[in-house]
Amino acid sequence: MAKPKVATASLAGCFGCHMSILDIDDRILKLAELVEFHKSPINDIKKFSERCLVGIIEGGCCNEENVHVLQDFRKNCDLLISLGDCATMGGLPAMRNHVPLEECLAEAYLHGPTVHNPAKQIPNDPEIPLILDKVYPLHEVVKIDLHLPGCPPPADAIWEVLVALLNNKPIDLKYGLLRYD
Amino acid sequence: MTTTTTDLKRITIEPVTRVEGHGKVSLLLDRQNKVRQARFHIVEFRGFERFAQGRPYWEMPVLVQRLCGICPVSHHLAAAKAIDMLVGVDADKLTPTGEKMRRLMHYGQFYQSHALHFFHLASPDLLFGFDADPQVRNVLGVAAKFPDLAVQAVLMRRYGQEVILRTAGKKIHGTGAIPGGINKNLSIQERDELKKDAPKMLEWAVAGLELCKKFTREHLSDLADFGSFPSNHLSIVRKDGALDLYDGNLRAIDSEGKKIFDQVAPKDYLSVIREEVRPWSYMKFPFIKDLGPEKGWYRVGPLARLNTCDFIDTPVAEKERQEFKALTQGKPNNITMAYHWARLIELVHAIEKIQLLLDDPDLQGTNLVAKGTFRGEGVGIVEAPRGTLFHHYKADKNDQITMANLIVSTTNNNEPMNAAVRKVAEQFFDGREVTEGLLNRIEVAIRAYDPCLSCATHAMGQMPLIVEALDEAGTVVSRAVKG
Repeated sequence: MAKPKVATASLAGCFGCHMSILDIDDRILKLAELVEFHKSPINDIKKFSERCLVGIIEGGCCNEENVHVLQDFRKNCDLLISLGDCATMGGLPAMRNHVPLEECLAEAYLHGPTVHNPAKQIPNDPEIPLILDKVYPLHEVVKIDLHLPGCPPPADAIWEVLVALLNNKPIDLKYGLLRYD
Repeated sequence: MTTTTTDLKRITIEPVTRVEGHGKVSLLLDRQNKVRQARFHIVEFRGFERFAQGRPYWEMPVLVQRLCGICPVSHHLAAAKAIDMLVGVDADKLTPTGEKMRRLMHYGQFYQSHALHFFHLASPDLLFGFDADPQVRNVLGVAAKFPDLAVQAVLMRRYGQEVILRTAGKKIHGTGAIPGGINKNLSIQERDELKKDAPKMLEWAVAGLELCKKFTREHLSDLADFGSFPSNHLSIVRKDGALDLYDGNLRAIDSEGKKIFDQVAPKDYLSVIREEVRPWSYMKFPFIKDLGPEKGWYRVGPLARLNTCDFIDTPVAEKERQEFKALTQGKPNNITMAYHWARLIELVHAIEKIQLLLDDPDLQGTNLVAKGTFRGEGVGIVEAPRGTLFHHYKADKNDQITMANLIVSTTNNNEPMNAAVRKVAEQFFDGREVTEGLLNRIEVAIRAYDPCLSCATHAMGQMPLIVEALDEAGTVVSRAVKG
């Protein structure tokens, strides 16, 4: 039987959740025996070519491209996991939600003490995706099946969840593994 | 220029993988199918500089690191150093325990980050070749073919993370550094646990370095010119010119090694650095103020640091530095692919420093925090694994942040990465067909800089890769997708 496939992506996050996946340490080699990694930043698979059992997504949605990637994951994965506080709640990037976007752009590209911008131009090239008005948690954009909180979620929590899913067992996380930091 | 020109062809590459972040590449070709322009775009934006305003200053070290989970310790410490200055604690006023605990945390971070980059992200290109099947050209491919190396890679990264856990309290987004010092010391038990594995970690770091050296020497004729170009180099160095990753003053040299400036204190960074805004990238383009945006751009990171420093203060890494310098007869090394070699010398340096610190009884000291008189402004600079990292804050009398300015490591390398992409595109694009090999070569050049685009946009993501060559009418003449 073919191994179940797992895909991962980082949207408006910091990659810390992916680092926490790597923090399962030598169990990553065991995981590689149990599942096949499909599209993920750690390999060179850039497009979905097969259906995946699990999609793990870190980070919320801050631009149109994040939304497209997320919709692509929903379409191609049986189960979607929101991994970490940015995916489940917007996290630190959502701190911009109480400030108008124009003010954030002006501070970064016009007012900063090291800024050299004689044309007073804010980046706007069609090559760069449109920024959304606010940063959205994933479940406000597509249906999410599982939420795993933490900044980042502990490596042991990620391991427990994956092992339970792969063995078709209920997920039973100990108190210390469920945290909001 | 990018959309209105009709006599140019456009090629886009997105997203790039096995680097840390979101970005894409576009190439513009003229009528003769020569590369006219190559651009590496950063496509995410966070707005941290604005939303930090109004937050209490002591939140900065824990808040800012959440821009980047790859090397959160670097942001944690740069912010802590800036806040030290803001509360009136100068670098030389930290208690020995405070400074040494932070240094141990920092070297642990270097060890895990450099190991991660070389073994997990870059080594597949070296072990399998730039044209290898993308299905095996990744860390799990390395695990299948070189199982011992893969286990070492995992354990090396874990060791660095364990050092961080015991100094910062958590492996990712820790809380150890606080204004004026640190919130814990290292217990005897923690010290002994870390000491146990250290010799093995040094041995493996040296073995990794040997592997990288062997590869570079064997392929030197191809690599020397691969995405390479002369440039200025910048880093902090210690007062005596030694490599110092945690603290020092700014030094910049030109491509021949002549000093542009030296021993500029962190608080004076505004007198030497500016950042140009360009409409096609959220990542700004830093330059040396007096030289201007055209001539003043520079490289940072492992290669730049080995070019700017006069010596390394640990024996094995210093011997390796001399060998590295001999390759270019003592002149600055401008070879892009030499970043990997330089990075592994720093990997060795980091574990040597960790060993020295673990033998230092100051780590068991109990005087953790120094106090000062509130100044309301501070600048903190560290050398992060990817290069020089600047944090600058102002706070008002209510302790609320009024100004935050960050120049992150990868941003400093913005122009160099663009130059490397341009060079590789010129060297390997035949003007007709976009091949997988070309795509990966462009990525290989970007990857040499170990860019952390998360930090750079104050954002993070992944970069798959699509390249399209369009003719003048906008019709796709060649298309390649990786994966």
